[in-house]
Amino acid sequence: MSDTTQPVVEISGLHKSFGSLQVLRGVDLQVERGQVVCVIGPSGSGKSTLLRCVNLLEEPTSGSVVVNGVELTDPDCDIDAARVRIGMVFQSFNLFAHLSVLENLTVAQRKVLRRSKEQAEEVARRNLARVGLTDKEHAMPAQLSGGQQQRAAIARALSMDPEVMLFDEPTSALDPELVGDVLGVMRQLAEEGMTMLVVTHEMQFAREVADQVVFMDGGGIIEQGDPASVIGAPSHERTRTFLSRVLDPTHHGPSDPAV
Amino acid sequence: MSKRQRARLFRGIQYGILVVALLVLVLAADWDALGRAFFDPAVIANQFPEVMTVALVNTITYTAMGFAFALAFGLVIALMRLSSVGPYRWIATLYIEFFRGLPALLVFLALGVGVGYAFGLNLDRSLSIMLALGLVGGAYIAETIRAGIQAVPKGQVEAARSLGMSPARTMITVVIPQAFRIILPPLTNELILLTKDSSLAFILGSTLAQHELTQFARNALNTDRSLTPIVVAGFCYLMITLPLSYLSRRLERRFGKGARTGPGRE
Repeated sequence: MSDTTQPVVEISGLHKSFGSLQVLRGVDLQVERGQVVCVIGPSGSGKSTLLRCVNLLEEPTSGSVVVNGVELTDPDCDIDAARVRIGMVFQSFNLFAHLSVLENLTVAQRKVLRRSKEQAEEVARRNLARVGLTDKEHAMPAQLSGGQQQRAAIARALSMDPEVMLFDEPTSALDPELVGDVLGVMRQLAEEGMTMLVVTHEMQFAREVADQVVFMDGGGIIEQGDPASVIGAPSHERTRTFLSRVLDPTHHGPSDPAV
Repeated sequence: MSKRQRARLFRGIQYGILVVALLVLVLAADWDALGRAFFDPAVIANQFPEVMTVALVNTITYTAMGFAFALAFGLVIALMRLSSVGPYRWIATLYIEFFRGLPALLVFLALGVGVGYAFGLNLDRSLSIMLALGLVGGAYIAETIRAGIQAVPKGQVEAARSLGMSPARTMITVVIPQAFRIILPPLTNELILLTKDSSLAFILGSTLAQHELTQFARNALNTDRSLTPIVVAGFCYLMITLPLSYLSRRLERRFGKGARTGPGRE
């Protein structure tokens, strides 16, 4: 169906303002099929907003977003239909609190994709197995650890058979010892060939899994390229400052000038 | 005197006053007269079984009808209040402010008597009661539901929309079920208030078979010349409202904790 040579996500000239605050100032970015792109940068750099513009949770002020060949920024676009193919994973998991894990995974399949109960549950169980939560299908979200909740949320997104997965700081709300479970699932997804756009602070994950790393600051892309060059040998001063703060945080006093 | 000693003395004085007051009450009160006035066995016997089979049943029926209507109507008003269409919001706000500001008795009068005079059209008595309780209760319930809908974390809506659900589908499948869990305790309070407001049905006039608790007590008061019927009616109200209060507290405890997913980002 979709052209395999065309990028899955194509962002051009993206601007976003909240009132007088300009959060994105002209971002261009492409994600090819099967690619993993990690977006890094200091808080307030606009990276989460960029991600949220890709499925139009935030309405861009100007510019265009094309996903799977559909221009989402076209006012006539059926955004609900387009979002089915764009999986989204949030920092705060956002599992439906009133539904069991299995129901979390089946509700949209049934109400949106109109799958039968049997089919939806079969898909859901397959995806729960993928994230290692087979024994938790009857649990309520509040009974799960953060890491389990996030893996269930990933399985929920996967149950819609997305063409691309968006991850918005998926491990930032987790206790340190639970981060590995979630990153492991994400790495496995990447290895299976899933197209992924990931906003993250996990530099090691970006270095090992990403095909491309994008460094953002002040609402724009400062530099991008393969992980070895952006994280290993950044060419831009702002990237170097950010990375040294993240990778070696104890060697900076609070008096360091803000980036 | 140290601070601690002073606190102890002060507490002792408080207990002392209480004990003295109780003693005075016990010794000075004419228990026979009080017993005759409030708990006259003959009068109590007179009340049964009608106070249960007729009056209590009527009170419950009127309240249930009024509450059902108030709930449905309140949901509509709450959704209008949150609508993106300006005029809907204004109408809903106007409605809520208006009906919350009126005594329920006035609404009963308007529907039961006023409508008849103005349009020459006599509303069925049960319908009038349901409408009056529903219109008043709906205004309060609308605000409760609105608060409940707004208390559902934004992330829940974002997750639903990200899965391709339309705004209406999101509201029905994700937001409203969670909002109702949040507002169950205040909603139970509304039900208790409505139970008491059902006593206003007396203004519409009633046959013996239509008496609810208050009207029933009022009638018995005149025939039996005693305070006892009021005590009996009061106990009957408590039979409805105390279990509801208990239920409300239990629900509050149950939904108060652990109902959320993960750290909210509000």
